[in-house]
Amino acid sequence: MGRREDLDTILVIGSGPIVIGQACEFDYSGTQACRVLREEGYRVVLANSNPATIMTDPEFADATYIEPLDAEVIERIIARERPDALLPTLGGQTALNLAMELVAAGVLDRYGVELIGANAEAIATAEDRQRFKEAMIEIGLSVPVSATAHTLEEAMGLLDDVGLPVIIRPAYILGGRGTGIAATVDQFRELAGLGLDASPISEILIERSIAGWKEFELEVMRDKADNCVVVCSIENVDPMGVHTGDSITVAPAQTLSDVEYQAMRDASFACMRRVGVETGGSNVQFALNPANGDMVVIEMNPRVSRSSALASKATGFPIAKIAARLAVGYTLDEITNDITRATPASFEPVIDYVVTKVPRWAFEKFPGTTGVLGTQMQSVGEVMAIGRTFAESVQKAMRSLEQGRFGLNTDPGEAVWDALDDDALLARIAVPTDTRLFGVEAALRRGLSVEQVHEWTRIDPWFLDEIQLLGLERADLAQIGLDAMERADWRRTKQLGFSDAQLAWLWSVDEEQVRVAREAAGVFPTYKTVDTCAAEFAAETPYYYSTWEDEDEVPAATRPRIIILGSGPNRIGQGIEFDYCCVHACFALDAAGFDTVMVNCNPETVSTDYDTSSRLYFEPLTPEDVRNVIVAEQRSGDLVGVIVALGGQTPLKLSGILPPELVLGTSAAAIDSAEDRELWNALCARLEIPQPAGGVAATIDEALAVTRRVGYPVLVRPSYVLGGRAMQIVYEEAGLRSAMQELTLAGSLGREGGLSAERPVLIDRFLEDATEVDVDAIRDAGGEVLIGGIMEHVEEAGVHSGDSACVLPPVHLSAETLAVLERYTAELATALDVKGLINVQYAVKAGQVFVLEANPRASRTVPFVAKATGVPLAKVAARVMAGASLATLRAEGVLKPPVRGGHVAVKEAVLPFSRFPGADAVLGPEMRSTGEVMGIDATFGLAFAKSQLAAGTRLPSKGTVFMSLADRDKQMGVEAARRFVALGLEVVATDGTAHALRDAGVPVRQVIAKLGEPGTNAVQLIATGQIDLVFNSPRGHGARADGGHIREAATLHRVPLLTTGAAGVAAAAGMADWAEHRLSVRSLQELHAAPAPDDQLALPL
Amino acid sequence: MRVIPAHLVLADGTTFEGEAAGWSPPGGVTAGEIVFNTVMTGYQEVITDPSYAGQIITFTYPHIGNYGVTGADNESRRPFCRGIVVRRLARRPSNWRATGSLDDFLVEHQIPAITGIDTRRLTRHLRERGAMPAVFGTAPLDELQAAAAAATGTDGMDFVREVTTEAAFTVPAADGAGGADGTRRRRVVAYDYGIKSSILTELSRIAEVEVVPADTPAAEVLARQPDGVFLSNGPGDPAALDWAVQDVRDLVDKVPIFGICLGHQLLGTALGGTTFKLRFGHHGGNQPILRRDTGAVEIASHNHNYALDPASLPGVEITHVNLNDQTVGGVRDRDRWCFGVQYHPEAGPGPHDPRYLFGLFADLMDDFSARDEAPPIESAEHGSDG
Repeated sequence: MGRREDLDTILVIGSGPIVIGQACEFDYSGTQACRVLREEGYRVVLANSNPATIMTDPEFADATYIEPLDAEVIERIIARERPDALLPTLGGQTALNLAMELVAAGVLDRYGVELIGANAEAIATAEDRQRFKEAMIEIGLSVPVSATAHTLEEAMGLLDDVGLPVIIRPAYILGGRGTGIAATVDQFRELAGLGLDASPISEILIERSIAGWKEFELEVMRDKADNCVVVCSIENVDPMGVHTGDSITVAPAQTLSDVEYQAMRDASFACMRRVGVETGGSNVQFALNPANGDMVVIEMNPRVSRSSALASKATGFPIAKIAARLAVGYTLDEITNDITRATPASFEPVIDYVVTKVPRWAFEKFPGTTGVLGTQMQSVGEVMAIGRTFAESVQKAMRSLEQGRFGLNTDPGEAVWDALDDDALLARIAVPTDTRLFGVEAALRRGLSVEQVHEWTRIDPWFLDEIQLLGLERADLAQIGLDAMERADWRRTKQLGFSDAQLAWLWSVDEEQVRVAREAAGVFPTYKTVDTCAAEFAAETPYYYSTWEDEDEVPAATRPRIIILGSGPNRIGQGIEFDYCCVHACFALDAAGFDTVMVNCNPETVSTDYDTSSRLYFEPLTPEDVRNVIVAEQRSGDLVGVIVALGGQTPLKLSGILPPELVLGTSAAAIDSAEDRELWNALCARLEIPQPAGGVAATIDEALAVTRRVGYPVLVRPSYVLGGRAMQIVYEEAGLRSAMQELTLAGSLGREGGLSAERPVLIDRFLEDATEVDVDAIRDAGGEVLIGGIMEHVEEAGVHSGDSACVLPPVHLSAETLAVLERYTAELATALDVKGLINVQYAVKAGQVFVLEANPRASRTVPFVAKATGVPLAKVAARVMAGASLATLRAEGVLKPPVRGGHVAVKEAVLPFSRFPGADAVLGPEMRSTGEVMGIDATFGLAFAKSQLAAGTRLPSKGTVFMSLADRDKQMGVEAARRFVALGLEVVATDGTAHALRDAGVPVRQVIAKLGEPGTNAVQLIATGQIDLVFNSPRGHGARADGGHIREAATLHRVPLLTTGAAGVAAAAGMADWAEHRLSVRSLQELHAAPAPDDQLALPL
Repeated sequence: MRVIPAHLVLADGTTFEGEAAGWSPPGGVTAGEIVFNTVMTGYQEVITDPSYAGQIITFTYPHIGNYGVTGADNESRRPFCRGIVVRRLARRPSNWRATGSLDDFLVEHQIPAITGIDTRRLTRHLRERGAMPAVFGTAPLDELQAAAAAATGTDGMDFVREVTTEAAFTVPAADGAGGADGTRRRRVVAYDYGIKSSILTELSRIAEVEVVPADTPAAEVLARQPDGVFLSNGPGDPAALDWAVQDVRDLVDKVPIFGICLGHQLLGTALGGTTFKLRFGHHGGNQPILRRDTGAVEIASHNHNYALDPASLPGVEITHVNLNDQTVGGVRDRDRWCFGVQYHPEAGPGPHDPRYLFGLFADLMDDFSARDEAPPIESAEHGSDG
């Protein structure tokens, strides 16, 4: 059999921006697929709109299109590249849906493109819920009682047949969007309506709820010879009712007997065969009635999924890689198991450890949300931890989350649970929330029985019993005390996953004292190998996790080694961009002769692929765990140092625990002087670089003193956070008081960004209506500074840089301003003695440049700059940190001159508001976007329009624009409205805005009533589909009157929404250019290879 | 939390610290040949599989006992293994099928256990050094060390006599287990060298099964006029079972024969082959088997330390190959109406992929009885008379 010789070019579609339900796991799978297909000698064409991904690096495909994932765009790519096949199963639901659209539109037929991996019939059978159910019944499998509806009336009519409570699932959605459980008729009416809206084909499945049943998943692979294997079984700790992406899950399944497991295995194969997935990976979900073992099939994904990324990391079996090989004709037995390199891939991995995945949520960023988990996924990232037992792995997972927890309680955070009485505690844990498992531990620790806790939570008693062990052990530990701890006590404790930090808290001593005592007792971590086979065969791949056993498996190394600390779980503000930087460091340093050692705990990433680094430690990024890895690596040979500057705030925070000589690149002291307000102010003063006036405060009195000096409005922000966590613009004293109060509370709970004497808040005068600018640069040890990119933000200052669209090269800044920006950046980098990357943020107001902050580390924009300019900034930075000069890198060819001219790149943020109906869809100083897209084209307008399309907003070419603007945005609004009208759109507006427009001579078709006033209001117009574009900026601050409801309606009904004046103007420019130009696409390879002459620089607005 | 310290000592002196669990043997010492099994589910089936007679089973999966035990999962009337080694034994089982905990089950059946062992270190050791004798228990370490040095393995040992049934018994055919013509019931005589109940369940789907003791003479089996003879799995070294091979040799070519595991090794030996000992055997539920006639790969349950040497079997077709190490997975001699597989199509525990082999046995019996020539049994008997 083997490789298909009739294919030459294969189109791979990625999953687009990181959104809730579809995160960087598809960068991992897509990158693997691209690598494999190129290894096999195919020409790979890649389409993905997300510039932060590894897969969109030009070296991973022959032609890389960072273009909107839109059927029309893909058709253009197909027309240019003429692929023989399209592989849609590695780019999540986005790629699958797009492939189905292309099939339906006849595009694939027209161009003779074959779908490989899964055919259209199979995709339809798995994705159409009714067809899927019928198919399952046909092969004798049970499914929950259900019915399908396409309208609300139809849904209401079916309710009696199904019977409450019901679960409502829209068809063709990802991450369970629009899904919910209804227990009453009223709830049903509301949720059914939402579900119909969420489904692109307006179809919902209404099924009898089986909340409380146990939930399992099997990751299955099949080849064209019909060989099937189960790669991994996964058991959800949270029973049915919580979306699997929001559930704490464990691999392998823990509470299934072999009889049940084999029945499930048979069913999963039957399901895959019936659906007709010919080759590749699928995920089949089951629910099991804990009372009698009744099993029902919930759903199957005919593609690589979030769970398959988890299963790959959990077992070492690279599902995506193998799926890609299967898609081009191989059978499982023709593929060698990477890890043993001696046995074939046609086997089922067995593991000798327990893997726990815990999601990470961001409810704190969305005031108005409840934190209650349900059938719609809300988490933004996840961690995975490996331990020899469940207790060990769940404790490791909890401290991997980086939410200030030391483990599963035994830390300050447990106080909120311990303060509740039994009834209140049980009532709280009866509701699934982001913190429930901590409450469960607290309940069991205080002596509530496993039966009782099971009754309230439906969590399987086996898990509860294992958690109860923690409380029992803790009681013993408290009694023994630090001084009396013997070797056996230490081992037993550490084997249950207790961290030194937990023990230090328990005994009220320093963590260091615990470490010293433990080591004196001779108890050290051991590292075991993830090998797919439970040690039956020798493993060739160095993929390790720590545990506390007899034998350590880390071998001696020969090459000099560099540890790269990763960025931990994806969260808003710290996501795939930092993983990109870490991965690039691995590649660059490997090529330069180093062994790279990756430490990270995020299963979704490319960095935790065992192929990325020379060694992978799947470990929490805490001081204890990281120090242990460093010790292990020092023991095994020549450790050159540790890179902390590429993984975002996570590793940076750890730099303090490292011996200074081990920190590669910019010193910890220099990092501090950029972060420490006084040192920073002194530095700027010395360099004569203007800053907005400001100061620091640890108390409200100090804060008031600062504002008396600088005046309102001020920007209030904690130090040492990413993503503008808890950042606010404050306009008066009351606001300042409440902001300080919130931060103090967070500090006392040990939360991120919390206020404390060591970490005071920064208070700066806020520059209204300034243009914000980001600069990424690299300085080498010899002092040469390379300006990587200067990015102008589209939204004005005050919108977090991560949420603002930005454009490279800048379109509104003068040559003089640019020169000033470059000079300041170089001066700051030199003054801070930066060795590696630095990101500096500026505000430009009336031609004057103010520096806002400098971060001597990788920034979120590094991958965007690299894709826009062709300069591999992260690789260059990694080499510089390891001692190379920019001159050397130029000579080696690693550093090439940037591509100038010919194109403009726009980065746009993608926001998760539709997931959080209670939260206001308005931009502010706290970052809330989950991901980003890039639009790249000849003009700013075209690039902006592409970026909007890529972000899911198709700007209208005709129809009606609704405008309702704050006074400060009216001037820009007029400018935008004039263009809308010129393009043939009609404008309707609320009273004040209509006045302003008419005064400026812009025709307004209709004045729309405010909410609560007589007449048709905007929400009604939006809900009835009469508005094609909503342009609404919030008035003042904090107010959530009219505007909030309008924006909520737009989000809900998926009408394009603009919330700032600048975005309105940019959108108008885009719509204008879009109207005049034919849609065109170009690959990065073309853009980087053939810079257009300088006179073809971006057209002005 | 109180624990009772215990040690595990291998014949080569390697020592592990652990805690005592299960039954406490007199003297605090248990001895046997130590092997590892990689299944993640199915511990009860493994523990009650008579093929483990004389052995100490190490489970590589660290949590054992999670879903308790139930009578339905027993593979024989009692466990015959010498003990089990685990990383962590569940305190509290959870599963609707469970009727008790594994720990209680071990006590009830007098099986000692040791927990808290770095089973991965042990597995890696056995992988490199091979299966070997071992002892464990609460006895003083020096006593354990002395016992380990003196312990014997399974080489040359005949455990079959310990595990086989004392008297013949019949397992009725399951509903729908008709013959090829839809009415006639097949009858199979099954040699019990340590037969698993999963095998009986599968056989009963195709025939009525008369289970006979391992030392039942071939003539007595033929006198029962079966449609086929089944050779079961079982413990120990096939090379120590000449007496059994002799009977198999007398049955070959006279009646369709299907052998599993030890039965397959005995069949191979009867066909002229020899067996050898693998370094650490195959014990798990995840091994890939290539079925050579179709090219399909089946994932199968395995439990054996010995294998047939393919070079010793000229003229015998190698039908199945273990893809991990290319060892013989199955053999067939079409001319002599017999076949066998080294692995476990009955699962119990493990995947169901190779269950079709029981169907092949049914087909073989039907083909045999439908031969154009004279009825096979009579002609065979005539031949031996001559």
